[in-house]
Amino acid sequence: MVMLMLKVENLHVNVAEKEILRGVDFELASGELHVVMGPNGSGKSTLALTIAGHPRYTVTKGRIIFDGEEVTRAKPEERARKGIFLSFQHPVEVEGVKVINFFQRTLKNLRGIEEVEAYDMIFKAVEELGFEGSMLSRELNVGFSGGERKKLEMLQAYLVKPKLLILDEPDSGVDVDSLKVIAGVIARLHKEGTGILLITHYGRILEYLNPQRVHVLKEGRLVVSGGMELVKLIEEKGFAAVNGDETAVKA
Amino acid sequence: MKQQSRLEEILKAGSLEEILGTAVPYPKEIELRGEITEDVIREISRIKNEPEWMLRHRLKALELFKKLPMPRWVVGIEELDLESFSLYSKPEVSNEIKDWDDLPENIRKTFERLNIPEIEKRFLSGLTAVFDSESVYSQLKEEFEKKGIIMVPMEEAVQRYPDLVKRYFGRVFPPGEHKFSALHHALWSGGAFVYIPKGVRVPFPIEAFFVIGSALEGQFEHTLLIADEGSYVHFIEGCSAPMYKGFSFHDGMVEIYAHRNATVKFTTIQNWSRNVINFNNKRAIIEENAYVEWIEGSIGSHITYTYPSSVLKGEGARTAQYVVSLSNGQYLKDTGAKTWHLAPNTSSKIVSKSISANGGINIYRGLVRILKGAKNSTATVSCDSLILDEESKAYTYPHNQSDEPSASIIHEATTGKLGEDKLFYMNSRGISEEEAKSLIVLGFISEILEGLPFEYVEVLKKVIELEFSEVGGVG
Repeated sequence: MVMLMLKVENLHVNVAEKEILRGVDFELASGELHVVMGPNGSGKSTLALTIAGHPRYTVTKGRIIFDGEEVTRAKPEERARKGIFLSFQHPVEVEGVKVINFFQRTLKNLRGIEEVEAYDMIFKAVEELGFEGSMLSRELNVGFSGGERKKLEMLQAYLVKPKLLILDEPDSGVDVDSLKVIAGVIARLHKEGTGILLITHYGRILEYLNPQRVHVLKEGRLVVSGGMELVKLIEEKGFAAVNGDETAVKA
Repeated sequence: MKQQSRLEEILKAGSLEEILGTAVPYPKEIELRGEITEDVIREISRIKNEPEWMLRHRLKALELFKKLPMPRWVVGIEELDLESFSLYSKPEVSNEIKDWDDLPENIRKTFERLNIPEIEKRFLSGLTAVFDSESVYSQLKEEFEKKGIIMVPMEEAVQRYPDLVKRYFGRVFPPGEHKFSALHHALWSGGAFVYIPKGVRVPFPIEAFFVIGSALEGQFEHTLLIADEGSYVHFIEGCSAPMYKGFSFHDGMVEIYAHRNATVKFTTIQNWSRNVINFNNKRAIIEENAYVEWIEGSIGSHITYTYPSSVLKGEGARTAQYVVSLSNGQYLKDTGAKTWHLAPNTSSKIVSKSISANGGINIYRGLVRILKGAKNSTATVSCDSLILDEESKAYTYPHNQSDEPSASIIHEATTGKLGEDKLFYMNSRGISEEEAKSLIVLGFISEILEGLPFEYVEVLKKVIELEFSEVGGVG
């Protein structure tokens, strides 16, 4: 039997008094890969940040259930410890904190791995993914290009091996070579059993992946859910063509 | 038998209080209280069996103390009723102790709790420990004594090396500078006298450690360090006090004279408990091609005023002043640096990093003065403030002045805040708010930590983690 991992129920979210999400429902079974697509400003990042627990995003109605427990009000670090990992669209610069030390701390907090062991693990992972080892001695995201930041997010996800990986536009601002690398890591984690919620604007990355389900988010609501045919429709005719009524199954 | 590492124990400690320890009652032999009169000064001088010239020096300073006005830049000092302080407190210890085992158990324990004896054994060239008003322990490793290095309690130097002391004492930082330097010179007690002979390099640091043992106490230690031509020394100063209810007052002084081509590094890690009002008077005179580096780390205390100062007297003299101040809680750090360029081709660098959290206030007060004739001199000042929450504040009052057209002063200032997004990013990696703050603070000062010995960095890291732990810092 397929285990339900993430359940989002009638989710309404405000940012600074403005309603961004207006009743979102979906379910993700463990090990599944779902895609959320939508035009700019539809609330894609809000959905990602709300599930991860950003304090600026206020849930006014609805619930988030992860692994059978309600996490709607849980602190972000508690959600992370339960197995939710968000790969950021815009990872922030943290001056003075070296990547390697930050990763060691992350591994200690999320997987209980001690410093020395973590050190070896991190270097091994860099090698496995074919990344530049030199990035580990730099300050976290400081002066990193968009592509480098995204790769660093993937490296963290690969190390943490979360139950649920939320990817907020991992394909924006990266070149084709980086895109292949990023998709490769996602595919690998998916194969190893990580549930994935992939948010994307373009769908380019989906050429390398095999999602179970595609959701389309417009003006704070999931208007349709379906298979890869939705992606094709959006690529050909744009988001305007997808309204839920005349296309596939309503969410 | 291998001794259990106290460093490890400190790193595992659950609270700052465990490190600082709680007050251990100890018998006091002599305690002077009340108004600062000529009689008080004469009594201190008599107890120390001082020569006439030092008594005269003290009395002259007392006159100045009475005449000088309260400095205008002093805020918050009104809490001090000098007359309520014990101005001289001599612990019950015979002089000239060179073995920890000869100290009374309660005093020895205070130092052991701070890991001082182990640090000394493992990587210092010498150590002076000051408890209340007196140096209770002073030991230089034998190999260094043979090279002619002198490290003795200040009082002993007055007796044994009067010519050297007369030549430098109060010449670098004179009593008449301001009210608190005058008070210091009138009441000074304890501290270290260090002399490094020509061309001698001291391979490991020398340390002085200061402990205030009880409340309502004044500590006025005086450290005088003379680095003769071409010598090298790193001096580390640590300060601590267990928790007491009343206020204590610290008005210490450091005078450094760096002769031609000498290098002096002077590091202070101040972690007084949060009821110490801490005044520091620190100045170096730097001769031709000599270099003095100050690292001034202020973590503890209720209020701290400290501005390590460098006088670049000889051509090609250089200095660097690193000032790190943490105000976590409703405390005030008024810190900075002062530099005077008096000769051509001199250079200076001030790096100030302040961290304000939980209602803490930091003030940077700095002075760079390039005098006419100090040709081609350069000065850089960089002032970074990190503010961790809305209640906390940081101010900067730099005064940079050049009267020499060929000289240059560069000033940079930044203010950083711990933004919601940065905190959330770290939270989403399983790092709590408290942990995130300590990581960010350590990152912010990493440039300065790199210049410190490993043992100190480890202890400092632990102290900062504890400052921001959920238990909170020592209040």
